[in-house]
Amino acid sequence: MSEAHLTVGGPSGVETQEAPAFAISHKKLVMWLFIISDAITFGALLFAYGYLRNATTDWPRPFETSSVINAYAMTFILVTSSFTMLVAVRAARAGDKGRAITWSFITVLGGLIFALLHIKEWLSLFGEGLRLFANPWGSGLFGAAFFSITGLHLTHVVGGCIAITVVTLGYKRGRYDQGDLEIGGLYWHFVDLVWMFVVPFVYLLNIKH
Amino acid sequence: MNSSGHQSSLTMYLLVYVAILVISALQILIAYQNIDAYRIFIRMLLLAIVQAGLAVTFFMHMRSEKRTLALFLLPAAVFVLAMMNMFWYDSFRLLDMRPFAH
Repeated sequence: MSEAHLTVGGPSGVETQEAPAFAISHKKLVMWLFIISDAITFGALLFAYGYLRNATTDWPRPFETSSVINAYAMTFILVTSSFTMLVAVRAARAGDKGRAITWSFITVLGGLIFALLHIKEWLSLFGEGLRLFANPWGSGLFGAAFFSITGLHLTHVVGGCIAITVVTLGYKRGRYDQGDLEIGGLYWHFVDLVWMFVVPFVYLLNIKH
Repeated sequence: MNSSGHQSSLTMYLLVYVAILVISALQILIAYQNIDAYRIFIRMLLLAIVQAGLAVTFFMHMRSEKRTLALFLLPAAVFVLAMMNMFWYDSFRLLDMRPFAH
């Protein structure tokens, strides 16, 4: 029996089919609930960052043009990987298993390139003296805010790469179906969505002028 | 709507993909404008909301799901995020290091 179609006894004793909530599978609904709660988590972090930035007189603005170019390259890679995930899900729906697997792994590759660019950016900032609670430019809270937000996002990207790899391999072996691949895609688009708020607020509002 | 409703055209996805990247580029242009931080912030916030809207509507297929799903999920998130706005006043108070005027 599909988990999306629960069979229950009707009032007259005749078995009836109860429609799944919102006409989506339970797994997909759970993913949506996770996404909403995670969005609020990121929202709280960004609000905390905004609070600190407002309340601190010597808030540093350390990002050079090279960091902005790197951030845009990361955006390009992440949004492109979202697009490749869409192609993978479409192929899975069309029954083209080979193509779906290929595009899923291309998505994972995009996520890994994003993570490498992110680590490169972090190492560059370490080299300039940025630490979790200290930096040469101003308030030490900058590092705490920056690493908390970008670190949590990076954790999501790495987790997403692992999850999509596991689901794709399971899909290849027949353990998971196209619906599972789509749920993985839903998560991946959310990771992309969060980055759309991180770049303007954490990077672009702190450009060196 | 069931899964068959998700098969939107690839061209449309491509357009949304390009639109998201163009908006990101616009945000960079705004960041280098010689205007005050508050105006930069508001413009970036609006553009980020448009980007997020495009991602949720098209990439995450919200437009092809039942409307009740959006009505179930989004107001709760918006409400919580809206409530967080209450502490901005306190952050400005800390900047001046003084209590609110009576």
